[in-house]
Amino acid sequence: METKKERSLLESRDLLGMYRDMVRVRQFEEACPKLYSQGKMGGFLHLYSGQEAVGVGVAHAIHKQDYMISAYREHGLLIAKGGRPEKVMAELFGKATGVSRGKGGSMHLFDPELRFMGGYGIVGGHLPISVGVAYSILYREGDEVAVCLFGDGATNQGVFHEAMNMAALYQVPMIFICENNGYGIGTSVLRASAMEELYKKSCAYETPGEKVDGMDVLAVYETVRRAVQRAREGGGPSYIEAITYRFRGHSISDPGTYRSEQEKRIWQERDPIPNFARWLVEQGKATREDLEKIDGEEKDLIREAIRFAEESPFPDPEELWTDVYVES
Amino acid sequence: MPEITCREALNQALHEEMARDPSTFILGEDVGLYEGSFKVTKGLLARFGEKRVLDTPISEAGIVGMACGAAMTGLRPIAELMTINFAIVAMDQIMNHVAIVRYMFGGQVKVPLTIRAPGGAGHQLGAQHSHVLEAIFMHCPGLRVIVPSFPADAKGLLKSAIRSDDPVMFIEHEGIYGVKGEVPEDEFTLPLGVADIKRRGTDVTIITLSRMVYVCLEAAEELAGEGIQVEVVDLRALNPLDMLTVLESVRRTHRAVTVEESWLTGGWGGEVASRIMEQAFDQMDAPVFRLGCADVPMPYSKHLEQSAIPNVRKVIEAVRSVL
Repeated sequence: METKKERSLLESRDLLGMYRDMVRVRQFEEACPKLYSQGKMGGFLHLYSGQEAVGVGVAHAIHKQDYMISAYREHGLLIAKGGRPEKVMAELFGKATGVSRGKGGSMHLFDPELRFMGGYGIVGGHLPISVGVAYSILYREGDEVAVCLFGDGATNQGVFHEAMNMAALYQVPMIFICENNGYGIGTSVLRASAMEELYKKSCAYETPGEKVDGMDVLAVYETVRRAVQRAREGGGPSYIEAITYRFRGHSISDPGTYRSEQEKRIWQERDPIPNFARWLVEQGKATREDLEKIDGEEKDLIREAIRFAEESPFPDPEELWTDVYVES
Repeated sequence: MPEITCREALNQALHEEMARDPSTFILGEDVGLYEGSFKVTKGLLARFGEKRVLDTPISEAGIVGMACGAAMTGLRPIAELMTINFAIVAMDQIMNHVAIVRYMFGGQVKVPLTIRAPGGAGHQLGAQHSHVLEAIFMHCPGLRVIVPSFPADAKGLLKSAIRSDDPVMFIEHEGIYGVKGEVPEDEFTLPLGVADIKRRGTDVTIITLSRMVYVCLEAAEELAGEGIQVEVVDLRALNPLDMLTVLESVRRTHRAVTVEESWLTGGWGGEVASRIMEQAFDQMDAPVFRLGCADVPMPYSKHLEQSAIPNVRKVIEAVRSVL
């Protein structure tokens, strides 16, 4: 587990950067439901509110040239890795300026510059792909790592086990990160997995598995940082289970009747953003004014992102037929 | 030109392409130490080492997914599936990932991946090991589907498939690995999606591919003895589908038969027949006849199995039916 000493190694600048990123993701996500109801976006919309500490903790523990790959609740992950909110918003609007040029949508964000290798919509489907990404690093004898994020539901898919096995077999430099938010759509982990403590699932592949509080950005950061270091030094894959909670439904159309009000209240009290804000002030890392300034700046940034998305053009009709093949 | 087997031709293509491009590697079940279930990967491990000739566990979705991730990040993998039947295990990776990620991510990534797999019926392997599935992959945009017959085609097309920046399903046939043919000694490649007229004729066009090319050529030889001149078009690929060659041929012969080893219902013959109807209806003197495998799971018993698969006699009957 992390120590106070390790925490103190982070400079105030880094800590405020984490705070800013979490606020940015929250502001982005909380702007979406209204835009969705106005018909600005369509399809599925899986919001990340509540899980910010995981994505931001992970993103701060890796370098820009490290690969990230994830499932479909990934707006926050790309933004945490440095993705521009206006390009993500434009994608949700189906605009040509979107990160996937309007062809992907909410579930299929992609950014080659940031080595964000995509959001995928088939539960567990991207896990074997992440092993291939990491094998590429090994093949080139590079010093990057790949981090692969997925939900608790993915750990019950066959490919989870294939990917875990192959990653360990070839000792690829990667970190599997399970964001356990307690539910695969409406079915709780308890009702879906014979093993409740999901971090133990890697033991069959002799891959170190660890559990971390996914509502604590510093805990996530430190845990992932250690795993990244291990992978970079040739120590092979790791597996981390981050215990977290989504404050909204599985998707925008989820009435959420399967979770009790009491449960939601308990988790709301563990909201990673105000808790981290309190800690920053208590530790003298920032003042309330510093944080309020960040809140205001991020609100403006998201407002600007919406304006950019609104004003951007839709893809040209000809785009229907482009990108199916490289060689036509 | 030396005569070599289809297996040797494919093996040469792998050796040459792996020597040519250090980003090319092969992975699959028993491709290394065992040198391939059908010995197509013979000599690769000894020559290129374990990093580039990767034995995998029996995890088809894992193999294809891993190859996809490697292809998306700058490598040029060749994934061998022991047989096409196991591609069904990996279908989510093939159709939901490999084929579509380029489009889904707005053209910002390419997947230069070749998935090799042999298929085909005729060896009493029963219902789970006798599939002929090329039509399924033809249905999915984003995948190139290459299905060679002659050894020279196998070599030239595999080399081009490996060099292609698009994902290719390269479907071999277990029944023709041992068949010999002339293969040029010098370096050569063949374009993907160009059909080859394997026999010239004036009376009927047979459109076919893979092992059925040999069956159709035998039928054509027999019919020639009766004065019926059959043209045999080997598609060599289902995507890109070379309708130019097909249409040019049927406009000369005015009659067409499609011969496939896949199930007739939903097979590629229906697609080709429809396109002939749409584009050459006025030039046709008879409806297109489709010959394919019986729409049944493949039975084990030899005589039942043989009666399910198109053969020379059935091809001759099919040709007669359109005359």
